[in-house]
Amino acid sequence: MSLTDDRRTTGDGADLGAADDPELVHEAPAPAPPPPAWRRVAAVALPPFVLGVGILAFWYFISYGILEERRRFLLRPPHQVIDKGFLDWDAFSTILGGLWSSTKVALMGLSIAIAIGMFLAIIMSQARMAERAIFPYMVTLQAIPILAIVPLISFWFGTGQTSRVVVCVIIALFPIIVNTLFGLQSAERGAHDLFTLHHANRLTRLRKLMFPAALPAIFAGLRISAGLSVIGAVVGDFFFGRGEVGIGQLLRRYANRLEGEELLAAVIMTSALGVVVFWTFGLLQTLVIGKWHEPGSGGR
Amino acid sequence: MTTTTTGSLAFDRIGMVFPDGTEAIRSVSFTVDRGEFVTVVGPSGCGKSTLLKIASGLLDPTSGAVVVDRDRLGYVFQDATLLPWRTVRRNVELLAELHGLPAKERHRLAADAIQMVGLEGFENHYPKSLSGGMRMRCSLARTLTLSPPVFLFDEPFGAVDEITREHLNEETQRLFQAEGFAGLFITHSISEAVFLSTRVLVMSARPGVLVAEFEIPFDYPRTPDLRFEPEFAKLSGEVSHALRGGHT
Ligand SMILES: Nc1ncnc2c1ncn2[C@@H]1O[C@H](COP(=O)(O)OP(=O)(O)O)[C@@H](O)[C@H]1O
Ligand SMILES: [Mg+2]
Repeated sequence: MSLTDDRRTTGDGADLGAADDPELVHEAPAPAPPPPAWRRVAAVALPPFVLGVGILAFWYFISYGILEERRRFLLRPPHQVIDKGFLDWDAFSTILGGLWSSTKVALMGLSIAIAIGMFLAIIMSQARMAERAIFPYMVTLQAIPILAIVPLISFWFGTGQTSRVVVCVIIALFPIIVNTLFGLQSAERGAHDLFTLHHANRLTRLRKLMFPAALPAIFAGLRISAGLSVIGAVVGDFFFGRGEVGIGQLLRRYANRLEGEELLAAVIMTSALGVVVFWTFGLLQTLVIGKWHEPGSGGR
Repeated sequence: MTTTTTGSLAFDRIGMVFPDGTEAIRSVSFTVDRGEFVTVVGPSGCGKSTLLKIASGLLDPTSGAVVVDRDRLGYVFQDATLLPWRTVRRNVELLAELHGLPAKERHRLAADAIQMVGLEGFENHYPKSLSGGMRMRCSLARTLTLSPPVFLFDEPFGAVDEITREHLNEETQRLFQAEGFAGLFITHSISEAVFLSTRVLVMSARPGVLVAEFEIPFDYPRTPDLRFEPEFAKLSGEVSHALRGGHT
């Protein structure tokens, strides 16, 4: 007669969803035996591997089959790129140095964008008026092509590190603001009613309801902004010549000097940086909200 | 229907007209005392939820007055409204936290409440891994930590399957006996209403007015088989008749 009866079918937490619904238990199909491990690995790894081999083959084909000797500098074959771009320590350490410099710029810009973006989003979430006032400018800022304001930035901030960081901030700001604001507004109406009933003040409501509810959206924004801040760091470095040599300047230098191997190596490393940043924030997201967040359940 | 303003919860000629002109409720008066479990049934959209929102202070009525002590008001919504980032235990602790109770007290209250609704062993689960019925129980436990003298339920079991609903009805009845609160319950289900209540009120379609009142004489604890007694069927029939418009 106790309510706990309907729980007894549940041995552990694995099929909780079915615990209250005996029919579900019967309708669940018998699980197929899992395929052997090597097949699962192969299923995931094989397609990209095959495509990779194909791309390399195509690359060789262009280098040797299409380009004559005289014009081969346009696309050096893969082994020469590895040789001169990656295995030559002088060249590779220069690339790594530039990459590190740009990474620092990107992280600095991203941190500032997060601080400003979250601050503005929180302000906007607390007062409709603030949202109405700020939002149009944010959209405008977002719509300005970054190249159009590069001259202005160098006019104001010079052509050193500061300008690079400013470019990163401008480019990374919008997704953080929009996602944080959207996230803060995503808490359920019922949960708000609950907090109202129990006389929660603004700060409590923000800390215990709106902010945790916003985390999934915030992380979605972070991933986008992190990628954008890498782009911003490279673009900024490309245009601002003074100060530390970052990857953007290297890219330009290699291109000007027709150093195809180093140029390609630098491009590949820059892409790798973008991928690593994206993965890192994905991992961070899993660590922080993976335990409770149901992907696909919207902002919550 | 009485128009007294005594009792744990008293509605005195409550009327509600929303700003858009929708008249949800018209002159509703009744009281609920401690040890009473009053259920309101009515067609959907007749103002039942509005009534509870007025009782809880989430909405102000446009006319009439409510008398109730809102200090530790219990209010269970139709959705469990659990916070997905909190485990069962931390969800159950939420209200005590909002009321500023010390950690030790919170833990004790939560442990007791979790035990009362039979969720032991699931304290560290997140809502996403709970079934609908278990979420509802977690929501009940959260409210129980307050030991509310007045307990409002807004169609709490509308979204769970029939079998779970019967279980939850027995559980609610047991809690009512143990705690002796003044209960105000909203439902679509006539059998749920008759099974749980000391009194059933029937509301008409919008604008909601009370059209009938039934005393339910069965002693507690009521067993599930009560639902198949002729007396139960007769009362259910009368409620159903009143609900359909009361034309004899
Ligand atoms: N904020 C509101 N503004 C205007 N109309 C509302 C509002 N809230 C509820 N209503 C209307 O009032 C009536 C009663 O609503 P409600 O109390 O939710 O009904 P129910 O009996 O189904 O719980 C409905 O017709 C609904 O559309
Ligand atoms: Mg309702």
